[in-house]
Amino acid sequence: MSFSLVARPQPSKLMVYLSPLLALILTLFSGFLMFSLMGIDGLDALYAFFILPISDSYGFSELLVKAIPLILIGVGLSIGFKANVWNIGAEGQLVMGAVAAGGVALFAYESESIWVLPAMMIAGILGGMAWGAVPAWLKTRFNANEILTSLMLTYVAGLFLSFLVHGPWRDPEGFNFPESRLFSESALLPIILEDTRLHIGMIIALLVVATIWILLSKTLIGFQVKVVGSAPRAARFAGFKEKGLIWFSLLLGGGLAGLAGMIEVSGPIGQLVPQVSPGYGFTAIIVAFVGRLHPLGVTIAGLLLALSYLGGETLQIEMGLPQAVTGVFQGMLLFFLLACDVLIKFRINMTQKASKTESVKQEASA
Amino acid sequence: MKHPFKKIVGIAATVAGLAIAGQSMAETKVGFVYVGPVGDHGWTYRHDIGRQAIEDKFGDQVKTTYVESVKEGPDAERVVRKMAASGHDLIFTTSFGFMNPTLKVAKKFPKVKFEHATGYKRVKNMSTFAGRFYEGRYVVGTAAGHMTKSNIIGYVASFPIPEVVRGINAVARSARAVNPDATVKVVWVNSWYDPGKEADAAKTLIDQGADIILQHTDSPAPLQVAEQRGVWGVGQASDMSSYAPNNQLTAIIDNWDQYYIERTQAVIDGNWKSGDTWGGIKSGMVEMAPWNDAVPADVVAAAEKVQKAIVDGSLHPFQGPVINQNGEQVIPAGEVLDDGALSGMNYYVQGVEGSLPK
Repeated sequence: MSFSLVARPQPSKLMVYLSPLLALILTLFSGFLMFSLMGIDGLDALYAFFILPISDSYGFSELLVKAIPLILIGVGLSIGFKANVWNIGAEGQLVMGAVAAGGVALFAYESESIWVLPAMMIAGILGGMAWGAVPAWLKTRFNANEILTSLMLTYVAGLFLSFLVHGPWRDPEGFNFPESRLFSESALLPIILEDTRLHIGMIIALLVVATIWILLSKTLIGFQVKVVGSAPRAARFAGFKEKGLIWFSLLLGGGLAGLAGMIEVSGPIGQLVPQVSPGYGFTAIIVAFVGRLHPLGVTIAGLLLALSYLGGETLQIEMGLPQAVTGVFQGMLLFFLLACDVLIKFRINMTQKASKTESVKQEASA
Repeated sequence: MKHPFKKIVGIAATVAGLAIAGQSMAETKVGFVYVGPVGDHGWTYRHDIGRQAIEDKFGDQVKTTYVESVKEGPDAERVVRKMAASGHDLIFTTSFGFMNPTLKVAKKFPKVKFEHATGYKRVKNMSTFAGRFYEGRYVVGTAAGHMTKSNIIGYVASFPIPEVVRGINAVARSARAVNPDATVKVVWVNSWYDPGKEADAAKTLIDQGADIILQHTDSPAPLQVAEQRGVWGVGQASDMSSYAPNNQLTAIIDNWDQYYIERTQAVIDGNWKSGDTWGGIKSGMVEMAPWNDAVPADVVAAAEKVQKAIVDGSLHPFQGPVINQNGEQVIPAGEVLDDGALSGMNYYVQGVEGSLPK
């Protein structure tokens, strides 16, 4: 007996949207099993993982703080992924956004002007865009694979930031430790909920999500993105400029990642440090796909992934479980999502006799 | 309850239960925020041994918790704050990058005590502590100077911060004190814990002729490479001889047990005070692992003599003249670099190759 995957002629539309939910339920179930096997009350552990971290307003605000960069980058990337432009380097674009915005903040050190923040924001977006423009140019000019170029540029960005905070932008009063001065008050994002770290970046993120949604559903460029992604040949016949879309996707993705970088350094971090992101640019790729490349889906996925980090910490503090549990949880979620996707697009075909004779034949001829 | 006796027992049990519950409410909670996994067998592993020492010492009186592999940055602030908000009385944050996050939380939770390792910012409820690991490195450098045949000592380094630079300089100074031809080659990996990069750095150094590998990164990877390639390695933070049974020269062991117990005791007694503690070989915060059996007795004797001199104060690893890489005298003979100068060290001394990344 053998199994083979046969493409379904028409994947169920309903299931495409249900599969993340199904994956979540399967993850919960397996998580419960895993905890029970470890000798821990499964329900207690799931409660500590999913509910406890956001059971008070502070916890909930932290969830939003963690989700903001993921959502911002995720929606930007989803446009590119829809158009088959594979920008894997959002992490580097985030870093360059942080560098550009941080540069403005340090240049305007001790300035009290209200223009510092807007200038930082523009600098952050431009910094990310510039870093997205490099793979776009290499792709359109030399047909260089953007997966490789954007990924490699991530390391360049990281080293550039490291150079700056170890050298010219190092805090002069910081005993040579590699970090910049703490930004002045005027370069810090206003807090929108007192006694928390929830900053105005959340409103910016919501605005961005709404804008991208409108862009995708109501504008010509949004239509082009969708057509190029699902039917590249048709798009070519229709005369859509593929190069233009490559530029658009990478500049948009880069710009939003740069904005996320600006928000991180002027929000929760408040200075430039050697590592401004714990891998948001990479996690956002997962967020984009879990969210079905749809702005609303990406928002929910961003919150879910953020919760998985918070939950992992709570499990460690409350139940003394190792950090690896978080990784296992995220892994299970992705695994089930991909598995569900496969089963929605394909069905398993069990063939008994035919394949057997075929394999015998193959063996004989070999 | 049919029987009155049962009822009394029941009430007694309830009261006892309440009493126990009341007691556990008063227990001291000590939290730890680690930068690496507790299984790194280096830096974080040793801090976790310190945490266990608290548990062993105080038993039910103290409850400890930890969060491992916390990223330096905004995540750290959330974790520290979560600990402060969940009733911890004393919180240790054990990486330099946790300094500003710890400080921010410390200001918001004035009643909680904070202990930050390797930083320099202190407030009323936030102390700093660190080990004088350069003393251990100076001892190792003495042996390395005697043992090296190629006169090249390889050094796998993490970030070019003063603490790490001090270690490199200490090795260069002591190695050249016994072997003026010895040089130190450094490869920076820009990470505290990245076994892949650490191993690559060790390989590069060996390919460039190094026959002794030191490391200021937290995984046993460089030591394992040394074992495979048949050169000497030095364990970092803990005795790593199980990873290199034949080729671990010695190891510089961090021992936080005593400090952690003292600070916990101070919180229990209510006399905890903010301060800055630097413990060296003398105070037991820095220990040397047993020397490898293959090390000649005279080399061991020379290294132990240096170690003794550091303990009794007759030798300071940075006693003058201290001459930097460019040949400029930092301090003349007869003077000693004070702690302020040590904590801001941003230059290589003579004998270190290459230039310090700036």
